Amino acid sequence: MNLTLKIWRQAGPTTKGEMVTYPVTEISEDMSFLEMLDVLNEQLNARGEEPIAFDSDCREGICGMCGLMISGKAHGPEVTTTCQLHMRSFSDGDEITVEPWRADAFPVIKDLVVDRSSFDRIIQAGGFISANTGSAPEAHSVPVPKDKADRAFMAAACIGCGACVAACPNASGMLFMGAKITHLGELPQGQPERDARVVNMVSQHDHEGFGGCTNIGECSSACPKEIPLDVINQLNKDLRGALMRGE
Amino acid sequence: MKMLMALSGALFVFYVLVHMYGNLKIFGGVDAFNEYADHLRTLFTPFLPFGGFLWLFRVVLVVALVAHAWSAFYLWSRARGARTTRYVAKAAARATVKSKMMRWGGVALLLFLVWHLLQFTIVKFNVGSIPAEGNPGLLVISSFQVWWVVLIYLLALVALGLHLYHGVWSATQTLGWAGNATARRRAKTLGTVIALVTSVGFALPPLAILFGFVKGS
Repeated sequence: MNLTLKIWRQAGPTTKGEMVTYPVTEISEDMSFLEMLDVLNEQLNARGEEPIAFDSDCREGICGMCGLMISGKAHGPEVTTTCQLHMRSFSDGDEITVEPWRADAFPVIKDLVVDRSSFDRIIQAGGFISANTGSAPEAHSVPVPKDKADRAFMAAACIGCGACVAACPNASGMLFMGAKITHLGELPQGQPERDARVVNMVSQHDHEGFGGCTNIGECSSACPKEIPLDVINQLNKDLRGALMRGE
Repeated sequence: MKMLMALSGALFVFYVLVHMYGNLKIFGGVDAFNEYADHLRTLFTPFLPFGGFLWLFRVVLVVALVAHAWSAFYLWSRARGARTTRYVAKAAARATVKSKMMRWGGVALLLFLVWHLLQFTIVKFNVGSIPAEGNPGLLVISSFQVWWVVLIYLLALVALGLHLYHGVWSATQTLGWAGNATARRRAKTLGTVIALVTSVGFALPPLAILFGFVKGS
């Protein structure tokens, strides 16, 4: 298939970027979206032009590294990551716009690559449990009810790709944060630091310059791991409880 | 900040329901309406002076309004600051008219509120033809016989309905009361019901007056 790509090109963090149009031909529908970009980059290399910079790592949908705004949708039209999006989701002759995640908390480093270390700092503010490391404890020594284990696992599926921020009209990171809060809050190991966790994470989130949630639900629709909107409810509930207990 | 927004919003939901109930009194005639207006001022007298309860209530409303608008503008500016470079292409998956209109709809409601208070509380100017000096019931009837007044109110009610439709659901989520599927469904239904009841309930008196079902005498 033949496509017209409109891709955001930006040489560096401080330089001004612009959309550049690239036609690509003879794309197989079995290629992934990133492989299609690899093909384009080979052509650019052959012509001696600067290849398009984009992030990727595992290319199997579990690391959260890749992430592109494809024709206005985070990770494109399917519920999956950009690396697991295949060209069969597009039709011959399509015009596709490709942009980086847009949020001031995710500054562009180059072309389609953004710096998501603000997410790391939110995790460092409280998205962990303090435990002695060493040999793994006996799994049955801490009983976890099945429904709680299931919900924790569902929330733990978040790979921190940032699609929620990219899709949110307010560029809010609350779905990401809610997933972490729910994941750790459902488990016995997460209880001792539960109040401090939510307060510190929210404070770091606001400090990083993310927007506030207006409960629209774009994040959840864009999430490749289908994290539901109710993790934000959990986040708000935990925050309300923690503030009332004077955290 | 968002909790402040949710709580002050919840107070307004309560207030508009009471306000709507009062408006429907016009169907009982001018006297019933005036009696209601008077009753608002004599509520809890002689424990409170004449109009005392009404003024206390007004103070609470003004505080809530300032809190609601202030947190709205604060969050709005933060959201703008969170994405200073816009997307060239952005497709909405779930955002709807009601959720996209929260901010501009809110501003529209604020402007309407100014007009509404000038018309019926502060200046009490009469755009209609019935003399209504010192008679709130007649003033209402006189005003709503003018088609463009009714039009302004109907537009404001559409804005109010959309605002409540998303706002009620949003507030439950912000307060952490929508924890499971049932609670979430209930919150959304509640939002729809409150939005419909208030916008239709408020629309009835002006329409009835415009089409002559409720007359001054």
